[in-house]
Amino acid sequence: MQLTGAQMVCECLVREGVSVLFGLPGGAILPFYQTLAEYPDLQHILVRHEQNAGHAADGYARASGKVGVVVATSGPGATNLVTPLATAMMDSVPIVALTGQVPRAAIGRDAFQETDTTGVTAPITKHNYLVMDTADIPRVMKEAFHIARTGRPGPVLVDLPRDVLTERAEFDYPDAINLRSYKPTLEGHAQQIKRAAKLVRDARRPLILAGHGVSISGAFAELQELAEKAQIPVITTLLGIGAFAGDHILSLGMPGMHGQAHNNWAIERSDLIIAVGMRFDDRVTGRLSAFAPNARIVHIDIDPAEVGKNVGVTVPIVGDARRVLHALTLEVEPATHADWLKEIDVLREEHPFVMPESERLLPQYVIREICEATDGRAIVVTGVGQHQMWTAQHYVFKEHNSWITSGGLGTMGFEVPAAMGAAFACPERTVWSIAGDGGFQMTFSELATIAEHRVPVKFAIINNNSLGLVRQLQDLFYDRNRVSVEYSGNPDFVKLAEAYGIWAVRVSDKADVRQAIDDASAVDGPAIIDFRVEREENVYPHVPAGGSVFEMIEGPPTPTAEDVPAWRP
Amino acid sequence: MAPVETHTITALVQDRPGVLARIAGMFSRRGFNISNLAVGHSETPGLSRMTFVVEGDDWVVEQVTKHLYKLIDVVQVYDISAESIVLRELALLKVRSNAENRPEIIQIVDIFRASIVDVTKDSLVIEVTGDEEKVDALIELLRPFGLREVMRTGRIAMSRGSGTTGGRKGTKASVDQSAPDAEVVP
Repeated sequence: MQLTGAQMVCECLVREGVSVLFGLPGGAILPFYQTLAEYPDLQHILVRHEQNAGHAADGYARASGKVGVVVATSGPGATNLVTPLATAMMDSVPIVALTGQVPRAAIGRDAFQETDTTGVTAPITKHNYLVMDTADIPRVMKEAFHIARTGRPGPVLVDLPRDVLTERAEFDYPDAINLRSYKPTLEGHAQQIKRAAKLVRDARRPLILAGHGVSISGAFAELQELAEKAQIPVITTLLGIGAFAGDHILSLGMPGMHGQAHNNWAIERSDLIIAVGMRFDDRVTGRLSAFAPNARIVHIDIDPAEVGKNVGVTVPIVGDARRVLHALTLEVEPATHADWLKEIDVLREEHPFVMPESERLLPQYVIREICEATDGRAIVVTGVGQHQMWTAQHYVFKEHNSWITSGGLGTMGFEVPAAMGAAFACPERTVWSIAGDGGFQMTFSELATIAEHRVPVKFAIINNNSLGLVRQLQDLFYDRNRVSVEYSGNPDFVKLAEAYGIWAVRVSDKADVRQAIDDASAVDGPAIIDFRVEREENVYPHVPAGGSVFEMIEGPPTPTAEDVPAWRP
Repeated sequence: MAPVETHTITALVQDRPGVLARIAGMFSRRGFNISNLAVGHSETPGLSRMTFVVEGDDWVVEQVTKHLYKLIDVVQVYDISAESIVLRELALLKVRSNAENRPEIIQIVDIFRASIVDVTKDSLVIEVTGDEEKVDALIELLRPFGLREVMRTGRIAMSRGSGTTGGRKGTKASVDQSAPDAEVVP
């Protein structure tokens, strides 16, 4: 069957089960767009900025577990994908990005809207392709989806020169994938699993550190079985939240920089850490030399390059989290670890994680109310900053695959388009975007798309008129020298919403919080709540960057509300 | 200053555009130092073989190996530092020379079992193969005559014996770098 390159791309997308694409057209990718009309099964969502298309594909992928697809044109269209690709790369999210490129003969001549897209994106994609022969499209597309979704998932970019899209060639769709250089290890090494089980048997203070890999491999039941069989408490990293039920008796919460203090103390005392699908990020470990000084480490990860990268490992196990956890659970002996669990309870009492009490509108209160109103069962999307950490601390997730946040890259503005993508993936579920006023203003151009499609995302803007976490760093570590963190010119978000035809309300009073959440939930379509929260509130605990549990700041020094430093532009 | 620890790593990679850029980019991004790099076709069509000399300890080499494997185009990676291997580099050296000093240069070239591949009335081009130390030594001896140009290929390496390079992973035989040209001496 002879097809154009553009038709081939569409055929491949259909065969991969793609139903939604996020994108924005331009000259080089136009042949693809002109062909889309022939494929009614492919719904294209026209965005306002390619970065948002990338994050939407990311949110779509995280919520659905499927590969997200983003389309952009050459040059600026492609460079606008840099941030979302880097975000997806850091957080192991499967995305296929299709970018237009100038015609083959023009490549390298600095043609209009030409960029070396594969060169620019090489370090922020799992793999990328520049297709120079139309007949290669079926193989490349099949490989791209395979690479994106298997092993440690990640973004794959396919760069398509304009004339490769228009040229006709025989459509020869491969039955199988033959990548001799890419064969992820799925089964853990049996001997290593036995060694790990032996360490579990001998451990007196074992901990499980569960990361994003548990969710990606769908190892929820396997993780719970291991934890329950050997009575091992579970700490979930930022992206591991939701991998283990937050209300389970063995669930301890989050470790690291803004994790609950008892977790960092438990890690300090632990004699065995079973790390699953996590990568010992510096926000988890702090200073490596002081991290878990008494613990031997079993590291289970599908990416061999993560094992031994940051911390020394006693037993490395490369493999898929679900299979390895299942095999490990069969090997470990039942245990109670009663003394250790008691010790952790004492740690919790000594280092309580308390909800600050105040008559004023505290951001933590807002998040707890959203959690209560949604029974911990919404899909919750955040960007990066204080609002993100408070959500991680105070929203107790009862469902898997419901927590979508930019963890590794820490991308402000992620919360708006990623929430839109999640809502397209799961139309039957409630999606809340808990946004910072800073991040929201980076990407709120997507409100137009959200309004057009009546995407039922509920936005809670945690509005403190500032870049809160940066202000917190200045307060704690730069002598309260507040520079370039105040957003005194924020728009009226309610009027802004009105401009888009989106329902909105402002809340400044604690008493009005729940009503506003319920009203927003009742709206058939998108809704925005502008929560004018206490702006001096900080995220605690706070382990200074490069510090250890011994330098952890567990709470505010003394109430100093009157003693507010000057804000400098 | 303590001598820098180096390892010889060979990699079999897909012979595709951009593969060298990907590998070089990974090295620079992760802060690994390559002091030497050679690339050429392998015995299998479609695959190239690269030889790197990497500066760093065992941890660095482990990281380099793992991150090379992470690149989709990389098929196989071997740290062959611990194997009994033959290391070679080819260099072309252009030296100023005249009738007066030519015999002296020819003598040096003979000692190094190098060869003269081009002669003019005021210059010589010398071809030498051997490990880096041998090439370095010849360069230093020729420098006083007026070294006009140096071209070096970078190190390539192959295991001794009938096995293929990297096929005897884990052998603890010492690296046979100190016996230049041992096997060609009659």
